[in-house]
Amino acid sequence: MTKNRIFWAVAAPVAAILNSLLFIYIILKIRGVDPLSMFSLMISYGFDPRNLVSELNQTIAYYLAGVAAAIGFKMLLFNIGIDGQYRMGAFFGAVVGGAVALPPVLHVLLIVITAMIAGGLWAAIAGYLKVRRGVNEVISNIMLNFIAAAVISYLLLPSMLGTLPEGSQTAQTFPIPASGQMPTIKAFDGEIYSFLFVAIFVGIAYWVMLNKTVFGFNLKATGLSFRAARASGVNAPRMIFVTTVLSGAIAGLVGIGTLLSDTHKYSMAFPAGYAFTGLALALLGRNHPVGIFFAAFLWSFLERSAPVLEFEGVPPEIVIVMQGTIVLSIVIAYEVVARINLRQQQRAVGSVSAEAQPIKESN
Amino acid sequence: MDNVLDVVGIEKKYPGVIANRDVALTVKAGSIHAIIGENGAGKSTLMKILYGLIRPDAGHIKAFGKDVELKSPQDAIALGIGMVHQHFKLADNATVLENVILGSEPTRMGFIINFDQARKKLVEIAEHYGLEIDPDESLSNLGVGERQRVEIAKVLFRGAKILILDEPTAVLVPQEVEELFSNLRELVKRGLTVLFISHKLDEVLSIADEITIMRQGATVASRTPKSTNKVELAELMVGGELPKPRAGATKSTGESLISIKNASYMRQDGRQVLNNLSLELKGGEILGLAGVEGNGQSELIELIMGLVKPSGGTVEILGLDATKTLTKDIRNAGVAYIPQDRQRDGLLMSAPLWENRVLGHQFASPMANNAWVNKGEAIEDSKRVVSEFDVRTPGINVLASALSGGNQQKFIVGRELSGSPKVILAAQPTRGVDVGAQAIIWDHLMKARSEGAGILLISADLDELFSLSDRIAVIYSGSIVATLDPNKTTPEQLGLAMTGAKSA
Repeated sequence: MTKNRIFWAVAAPVAAILNSLLFIYIILKIRGVDPLSMFSLMISYGFDPRNLVSELNQTIAYYLAGVAAAIGFKMLLFNIGIDGQYRMGAFFGAVVGGAVALPPVLHVLLIVITAMIAGGLWAAIAGYLKVRRGVNEVISNIMLNFIAAAVISYLLLPSMLGTLPEGSQTAQTFPIPASGQMPTIKAFDGEIYSFLFVAIFVGIAYWVMLNKTVFGFNLKATGLSFRAARASGVNAPRMIFVTTVLSGAIAGLVGIGTLLSDTHKYSMAFPAGYAFTGLALALLGRNHPVGIFFAAFLWSFLERSAPVLEFEGVPPEIVIVMQGTIVLSIVIAYEVVARINLRQQQRAVGSVSAEAQPIKESN
Repeated sequence: MDNVLDVVGIEKKYPGVIANRDVALTVKAGSIHAIIGENGAGKSTLMKILYGLIRPDAGHIKAFGKDVELKSPQDAIALGIGMVHQHFKLADNATVLENVILGSEPTRMGFIINFDQARKKLVEIAEHYGLEIDPDESLSNLGVGERQRVEIAKVLFRGAKILILDEPTAVLVPQEVEELFSNLRELVKRGLTVLFISHKLDEVLSIADEITIMRQGATVASRTPKSTNKVELAELMVGGELPKPRAGATKSTGESLISIKNASYMRQDGRQVLNNLSLELKGGEILGLAGVEGNGQSELIELIMGLVKPSGGTVEILGLDATKTLTKDIRNAGVAYIPQDRQRDGLLMSAPLWENRVLGHQFASPMANNAWVNKGEAIEDSKRVVSEFDVRTPGINVLASALSGGNQQKFIVGRELSGSPKVILAAQPTRGVDVGAQAIIWDHLMKARSEGAGILLISADLDELFSLSDRIAVIYSGSIVATLDPNKTTPEQLGLAMTGAKSA
């Protein structure tokens, strides 16, 4: 039973990736380049130690975005507001980190907690609107993403919370002093953000919360059936709100690895687009902390190794096509697997049960 | 008068359940023919067979004098049999005309909808049958009664000669019922035939030309309004047999477990569903709650569970004020809840059985240790429930959705009776389960009673109410209209009270 379950859990993403590779294979073939040599080029470039390090660092951010999305998915929430929540977290983390002087560990802790609170509060707006006003969270979150970007660029003005260093064109926050920086791990001529450990901890905490705690049980129950959860004693609307905030708090951490180990300040150069990536990764990783990790690494790997194709005349955008087909294939693959699973179980139930479906009463 | 429908020997069996047996039905042309019976008597199954939605295992159907085989609703429509469902199947954002023609649009050149022709035909039908409808009105502006007229027009548009109406009055207010009836009288005057399902005796007596009574899947009698009366119909519906002897005598502890005084509740749509309802449940007794569905039973349960707040009155359960207490605290105090809609309110369909064992018990030991779910205990106890309640499943890791409805119900009952609850709210606890499982569930309920628990039993099965209850309260229009002693009450008297009649 367990072996069988693991097989099916892995089968779907593997099938989706193979399907995507086949699609890319055909595209490359049409373009007249040898697909296999392209693939091997990407692999050898992507697994080059120096590139591995930067892929790993990117994986941290993607992973956190994926976990944030997965928490929402468990509640049937489509948290497309990860972008805004991540910006709010990174920005306020940077502002607070640059404004205080504290002992080393405390300083970092303060930044991390500030980022989670900022991301969580930003998500709370969408959560409140959903629970109390019935506003669909997709719509409010998309708007909140724009509002977050606008609010932050306003707050970055030198007259507000930001600064414009001499010779620089972009407004940024005041730099975080050394006590508020996180060390890096030297490896393969590169530096891995030690925030990696925070990401691993978040993954473990997410798994434990979901599978071991009453809170996680209530969260899953509310996602599976609002009415059944309510009848079982869960305050379901409150649960939806709390889950939204939690998802936002994790999203608030997305940019913190870069902030604490690399840039030490927030500027408009922080990338956008974590919401879509996070949702895609949660989907690909099936909301499982280990699955999301592999998905996040795959994404970073593809993005890092794509530019090498340019030397061979293949536009690196091919990677976006690849990511897109993976996501499309995975949705279909999971649906197929879910149906096979249910049919298998029903057959198993049928074999022990002489009794079949009773009449449905509708009169 | 010719017979438009002659049905003989219809039988429909599902493993473990007989939905229809020995069904015979003769419907005369140009008549209003009512079919009455309790919930689960097989009325809907029969109507679905006549409309081609279900195929019978045996029996013959003759329509307009010819033997027919109905494989699908399309066959039925082609023969001139149309059905108006209880829950309308209409598109809100379209006009009346668009709704009527949807699925059978007259076309030009095979693909352009001929609205002119459609409108002309609809107006003709409306005038001919005296149906007041405006083809260009948007459906979202229409009330329930008007929507029903659109549904009827839809069926007529497709050329129906026999109209099947599934509990058409269930959704209507009294004035709308009058309008519907005058429409129906108009239809039969023009030569149509109406087949009408109901369990409201007054209505049936006022509108029908003929009445067929169903009980336990079979047609048991036919009457005309002139040859019968409400008492006889109620008797035929619930069966004249005496209730089964009760196992074990009542040992009421006298302790008041639930005490509701003058509770009122208004739904968001403004309907007053509970009206000054008062009720008391004592330890060691089974209080049966009899009533036609939709008279406030669900809301009463939600009130007791603290899921909704009353607009007036007091609700006390196990010493707690249910209007101010969280559902989880009410559960923790020792309240078990077997919901009527098991798949929506009682189960996480796509979660494994052992997680479903935790549901509703996740706030207290033994299913939880403070903030942690006790998975080991949940797994062990799921196994116990499966074996004790004869749940047919290969294991406790299968999803709840893989089980049949009866087995889902057994699992829910087993779960709710765990941990010696003090109060058991049991809504249709044996609905859809086979006879063997029914006995198991009854035994457990009676055992819980003998241990001092108080049980509020909501059931549409009058046999069940009579054989289990120590007292039977009758709910009608959101109030308790009578409290009866099952030993001194006949099923007819109960049936009458349920349909709102003052006395037998």
